[in-house]
Amino acid sequence: MRQATTSNNAGRRYELLWGLLFGLAFGFFLQKGGVTKYDVILGQLLLEDFTVVKIMLTAVVTGMLGIYAMRQVGWVELSTKPGSVGKNVIGGLLFGIGFAVLGYCPGTLAGAIGNGYLDALVGGLIGILLGSGLFAELYPKLRGTILRWGDFGTIRLPEVLKVNDWVVVLPAAALLVLLMVWLETAGL
Amino acid sequence: MEWLYATRWSPYAAGIGIGVLSWLTFLISRKPLGCSTAFATTSGMLRAIIQGDKVARNAYYERIGVRIDWQWMLVLGVAIGAFISAIASGDFELLWVPSRWVAAFGSAPLPRLLAAIVGGVFMGFGARWADGCTSGHGISGTLQLSVASWVSAICFFLGGIIAAFLIYGVA
Repeated sequence: MRQATTSNNAGRRYELLWGLLFGLAFGFFLQKGGVTKYDVILGQLLLEDFTVVKIMLTAVVTGMLGIYAMRQVGWVELSTKPGSVGKNVIGGLLFGIGFAVLGYCPGTLAGAIGNGYLDALVGGLIGILLGSGLFAELYPKLRGTILRWGDFGTIRLPEVLKVNDWVVVLPAAALLVLLMVWLETAGL
Repeated sequence: MEWLYATRWSPYAAGIGIGVLSWLTFLISRKPLGCSTAFATTSGMLRAIIQGDKVARNAYYERIGVRIDWQWMLVLGVAIGAFISAIASGDFELLWVPSRWVAAFGSAPLPRLLAAIVGGVFMGFGARWADGCTSGHGISGTLQLSVASWVSAICFFLGGIIAAFLIYGVA
């Protein structure tokens, strides 16, 4: 019993340590990519500078090919969330308003704090904590109502189309790469 | 060591780095990259100081758990990793108002801080409502081809583009 507790504690410590290490790498890449900056994020939302989209789509293509390959050989399991129109459309649009007004997203807000940006530390951090706390307060009223509107459950595109995963993965990767090639040739 | 001292990388290099990082989080921690829940966890920890047990009984905090977890450490790591990158390249600067904001609205810190707080409230609230953010839905969920995540990511940018044009188009 005592031994089990000790190994659980060690397991938890390792889990937290890996979280910190992965975070260090994530923050490093975000800062090198330039997306810890308000000017770059607003440049994206004003459709002048496509840095944010290029980083995200490259990460998606790279991640998708690796994760689906590792899943094929049984190394990893997918971890997706259930969705609904009320949850993802309304929540997504509210998030988008915050994205433009704040000029950082939750991950890049942490990165912006590390970059020395005080509007992120003194303004954005306080706001995001208030907004999260407010949602927790309203959650009991929202969860059985608006958040259920147009519920479509935990579903992935290959399941919607009823095809093998790779029938979506490979064309999706090709399409996203073509989109980035087009962005480059358009000078964006 | 040029990669360490460079101020900016190609966005494709940064994106490949994040993509490979996502392989490792799935492989080693069995978790997708995500950031926004950590802020909700923190809001619960701060409220617990003031409100005590009431927070533990809240259905949302009960669902996400109010304690330092893998994602909380990840977000802490993001701040430190960005700090290391910025210091290494000489890009670290203490700045109250970003230059694009200065050009449109002037250099006074207070209006920018108020906007950042209001924007932060929408973002924190919206991320919880949508059950994810630009990392959790926008990268991790979309790369798994989740419908909920593609819908969310498109709406993040749709809402963001409309709001940004309203803010800067009028100014």
